[in-house]
Amino acid sequence: MATTRTTLAARAPRTIGVLLAAIAALFAIVMLTAGPASATTGADDDPFRISGNVQLDGEPLQGVHLTIDGPGGKQEVETDENGQWRVGVPEKNAEYSVTLDETSLPEGIAVVDPEDDTPNIKEAQVGAGGRVTVNFFIGEGTRNVTSFFDQLVQRIVNGLSFGLMLALAAVGLSLVFGTTGISNFAHAEMVTFGPVVAAALVSATTLAWPLYIGLPVAVLLSAGLGLLLDVIIWRPLRRKRVGVVQLMIVSIGLSLTMRYIFQFFIGGGTSQLPFSTTEKIPLFGVVQMSIVDMASFAICIVVIVGFALWLTYSRIGKATRAISDNSSLAAASGIDVDAVVRVIWILAGALAGLSGILYAYFRPGLKWDMGAQVLLLMFAAVTLGGLGTAFGALVGSIIVGLLVEISTLWIPSDLKYAGALVVLIIILLFRPQGILGRRERIG
Amino acid sequence: MDWLQIFSNSASSILSPATMAYALAALGLAVHFGFAGLLNMGIAGFMALGAYGYAISILTFGFPWWGGVLVGMGAAAVFALILGIPTLRLRGDYLAIVTIAAAEVVRLLFLTTAFDPVTGSADGLSGYHTSFRASNPIPAGTYGFGPWTFNAVDWWVRILGIVALALAVLVVWRLMASPWGRVLKGIREDEDAVRSLGKNVFQYKMQALVLGGVIAAVGGIVYALPSAVSPGVYVTSLTFFVYTALLLGGAATVFGPLIGSLIFWVLQTLLSNVLPAMVAAGVLPFMSQIQASTLRFILVGIALMLLVIFRPQGILGNKKELTFVK
Repeated sequence: MATTRTTLAARAPRTIGVLLAAIAALFAIVMLTAGPASATTGADDDPFRISGNVQLDGEPLQGVHLTIDGPGGKQEVETDENGQWRVGVPEKNAEYSVTLDETSLPEGIAVVDPEDDTPNIKEAQVGAGGRVTVNFFIGEGTRNVTSFFDQLVQRIVNGLSFGLMLALAAVGLSLVFGTTGISNFAHAEMVTFGPVVAAALVSATTLAWPLYIGLPVAVLLSAGLGLLLDVIIWRPLRRKRVGVVQLMIVSIGLSLTMRYIFQFFIGGGTSQLPFSTTEKIPLFGVVQMSIVDMASFAICIVVIVGFALWLTYSRIGKATRAISDNSSLAAASGIDVDAVVRVIWILAGALAGLSGILYAYFRPGLKWDMGAQVLLLMFAAVTLGGLGTAFGALVGSIIVGLLVEISTLWIPSDLKYAGALVVLIIILLFRPQGILGRRERIG
Repeated sequence: MDWLQIFSNSASSILSPATMAYALAALGLAVHFGFAGLLNMGIAGFMALGAYGYAISILTFGFPWWGGVLVGMGAAAVFALILGIPTLRLRGDYLAIVTIAAAEVVRLLFLTTAFDPVTGSADGLSGYHTSFRASNPIPAGTYGFGPWTFNAVDWWVRILGIVALALAVLVVWRLMASPWGRVLKGIREDEDAVRSLGKNVFQYKMQALVLGGVIAAVGGIVYALPSAVSPGVYVTSLTFFVYTALLLGGAATVFGPLIGSLIFWVLQTLLSNVLPAMVAAGVLPFMSQIQASTLRFILVGIALMLLVIFRPQGILGNKKELTFVK
């Protein structure tokens, strides 16, 4: 391992210049890649409308629950005292599905339409006018409700895909913590960076590269971002022997900086990667997945298995775990800690970028603060599994993913992240070292 | 560019409720982070509890405004107790993650549509001013001079904000000079040493967490006094901005949070006026006005990084007092 020692090692940190250069470089990267993308996103959130009126024999029904799904993500709405509802959606010329929750209708009442198997679900085409009305035929009849078991199965499948996606990012976060001690808040922005760059490369209005070239290049650039951040910020600070709390606050500053740089270029709205709305294919029971969902699932599993093998059997992987265990001992036994840490940053960047791209398809849509939205879930996953252990992060992520999705069976879906965070706090109460962590790590 | 207007706006922000709210929150954070060494990343949660406690007790339970203030402070104290029991035994960065998560849970609970009749979900709360404005002893009219010309209601908000801030500063200043404060600083420097002297470290940390939390809640109330409570305010970025203000002034000082918040808000107001004006005047030709106003948040992030690397003790602080810089 000692042979890989680099000649760069002895350079003194010229920190001010280096930091400014870092910022400039970041700007340059985003400007080069994402600059043209700003044309595709509106500055205002959700300018278009879907609305409707739920009535029974001319009487308005209040508190009926509807779910609107499509580009820009899932939204839920309830009818007001006049039986009316409306939601804002980010795109026109797009298809949205409106689902009326029949359990929220009064007893014995359902949506009826003899020509439709699922009359409570309607497709709404938001046309060039940007406005569309969706009405349901309400009358006495049998309901079309999914059984609890079917819902559970669907949630478990969703939870697994979300958990695996989270794991891609969390593993990097955990390894960075293990090898350098940084609780890296800017990891959220490393996640956002992937889809932002990908959008710039593959969107029809910008470079319009084919997906199979654009997305891998975006992942490579994310790896480059990891390397860049290590070279210009983290390594000089390591040399300066800056404390871990200071490093954490630096990462917060970096997170704010990068997040608002993204907003600077892509605006505050949500935009879509190509093929983000593909047909859902029924697999078994009620479980439906689109081609993109399945591909994303497969990519996650392949990458995670490959990464686990690398970590367990390769020389650098072994060195990484040695450093996580005891950095000084690793250095004393001839491991070039600096070089390994750099590899970890590159990998963490690549995995975060990949995870971000998949997450942009899962949500669906990319947004300037999408990484920050899941940052705490990543931390929850990493802490649950045990800070600094890669496999713990994997287990933790899957638990968090399942928890987030399954908990929506009982709690409102806008509280699903809160549920996961509460579990995090409770677990720390009983097992502060996490599930796979060792006792001494809590210090 | 209308420089007069820009400078007037910036000078006006010296007396704005937001500045006082930040100063109070930063002072509470100074008790947690600067004096007790507790890495609390959930200060936004404490502020949210103060603001929502105030608004909900007035709107839902019909309390008078001072009752609302007490409820807000009480809610933060209870939150500090609940949060402290599991977390105060954890190491620094664990504590940070748990507190940030707890603050986010608080925000999501206020944001969810499940409690919409009480919390107003995404719209937040407003229209709780009747009792507060009725208590205003200042006769209607406008007072002051130059940039500091406000009407009677605005002055009443500002006067109470200043009184609250002065009281909080006095309390923290005297406490930190007392034996209690010295034990607290001792815990920050070396927990085991203090424990070996027979002090109950957990108790001291808990008291500090409650005290700082209540001060931050008062900050949240001052923030909510003039207009409305909006859940979009109490995001994690608020915590980070308060940290920036605190570190700017000096984490382990009593007056640092004040000066830090003042500089933070004056600069924020100045930039939010100057940058779009520069675009309009064609000085920054490569960006739109919206982009120009995003630029100031980028600058906050850069400032936070540079501060913590090069002057972690802030403007007023003493580097020897900072155990987080090792």
